[in-house]
Amino acid sequence: MRVTVIDYKAGNLTSVLKALRHLGAETVVTDGDLALLEAAERIVLPGVGHFAATGRLDATGLTPAIRAAITRGVPFLGICVGMQWLYAGSSEAPNQKGLTHFAESCTHFSESNEKVPHVGWNSLEIRPNSRLLAGVEAGEYVYFTHSYKAPVTADTAATTFYIEPFAAAVERGNVMGVQFHPEKSGATGLKILGNFLSWKEAE
Amino acid sequence: MITKRIIACLDVQDGRVVKGVQFVDIIDAGDPATQAARHAREGADEIVLLDITATHEGRQTLLDTVRRTARELFVPFCVGGGIRSADDAAQVFEAGADKVSVNSAALADPMLIDAIGRSFGAQAVVVAIDARRDPEAADPVRDAQVFVQGGRLPTGRRVVEWAREAEDRGAGEILLTSMNSDGMRTGFDCELTAAVSESVGIPVIASGGAGTVEHFVDVFGRGKADAALAASIFHFGISSARSLKEELAKAGVSVRLPC
Repeated sequence: MRVTVIDYKAGNLTSVLKALRHLGAETVVTDGDLALLEAAERIVLPGVGHFAATGRLDATGLTPAIRAAITRGVPFLGICVGMQWLYAGSSEAPNQKGLTHFAESCTHFSESNEKVPHVGWNSLEIRPNSRLLAGVEAGEYVYFTHSYKAPVTADTAATTFYIEPFAAAVERGNVMGVQFHPEKSGATGLKILGNFLSWKEAE
Repeated sequence: MITKRIIACLDVQDGRVVKGVQFVDIIDAGDPATQAARHAREGADEIVLLDITATHEGRQTLLDTVRRTARELFVPFCVGGGIRSADDAAQVFEAGADKVSVNSAALADPMLIDAIGRSFGAQAVVVAIDARRDPEAADPVRDAQVFVQGGRLPTGRRVVEWAREAEDRGAGEILLTSMNSDGMRTGFDCELTAAVSESVGIPVIASGGAGTVEHFVDVFGRGKADAALAASIFHFGISSARSLKEELAKAGVSVRLPC
């Protein structure tokens, strides 16, 4: 299985590549070579850091190439900011548009006495029929580090509670996203990445 | 529910884990990659590797060590010690670290925090603070003095105001070591930890003084810590992060279990 990993200079690319290779995937990295997206079998958009960094996807022409690949049915996984980019945008960078595959927008955690960023291991409440999270039990822990989050909607595959419920994972057909870091979430995270690598079109 | 993190800490010198008792009798405690993998397997929520090597040759050894340690490590991995510039940090990230911890260099040039945060995100910058209570100060706890150079050099900075500045500059977490408690095994400095934790909006990792399970219960409760560093404790009676967390769960602390 060959995975095209997108480098937009915002993230822990090394950790994501390591985890995918550990699972037996062959990885190729692109920061603008559109041919690598045209031939992609799987696409991963990692990311930690600021939503504004996704502007680089527009500047390099990667945004329309990713959109075309998704339309062709190529399985896509966005991680952290990479998941948030699937939405219309984020209040972190109001002038930067997301892909708008999901119509909603990401927002900062509500005012509270809790620490932000939300850093650490928190539990998943998994919705039925998620293929990305197949085999993950309710209450399993994954590692988060973020200050902005996506709302809970019909496309939400798992929710997590911190200050308020938010979308820990989103999934509609071949387009998937996780707010947590599967590459840093021990055995649970590797299982989720493994599900993504073995993902097939539903019959 | 968010859980309290137990972070395993490895002190590394010239590519080997070392263990000192009261800063003397430094003994070789194994290979960092092997030790990190063991701690992760035994339930640690995160691994911190602190380089205590000061030489240039040592820095190259460190990058090799980070690379080897990160290779098969699928939990968060923080590296500290001797990171003096955003370029130093970039090399450590490229080698596979998820976060860097900065201490003396950030006090010498606080802009370092801004620079690393801008390039790699706030979540990637941990500001480590070594503080000692100041009996001369109006408030000996909040005004505990910050030290650098492994606790040898007083800076005149006060712990709460420095922690706030670090947060304002974009630090993602504070790693707070109490020099009063460090190495004593008589418990974390809960007053100091609470004073800092209540003054900032970012997570605080408590360090220094752990000896028993009760000390961890105390620092997560009274000390308001979000995470606690366990260094030598695994050599003194508590066999693993997992067994520590099982005891913490019995005491009502929310931890990641099974792990």
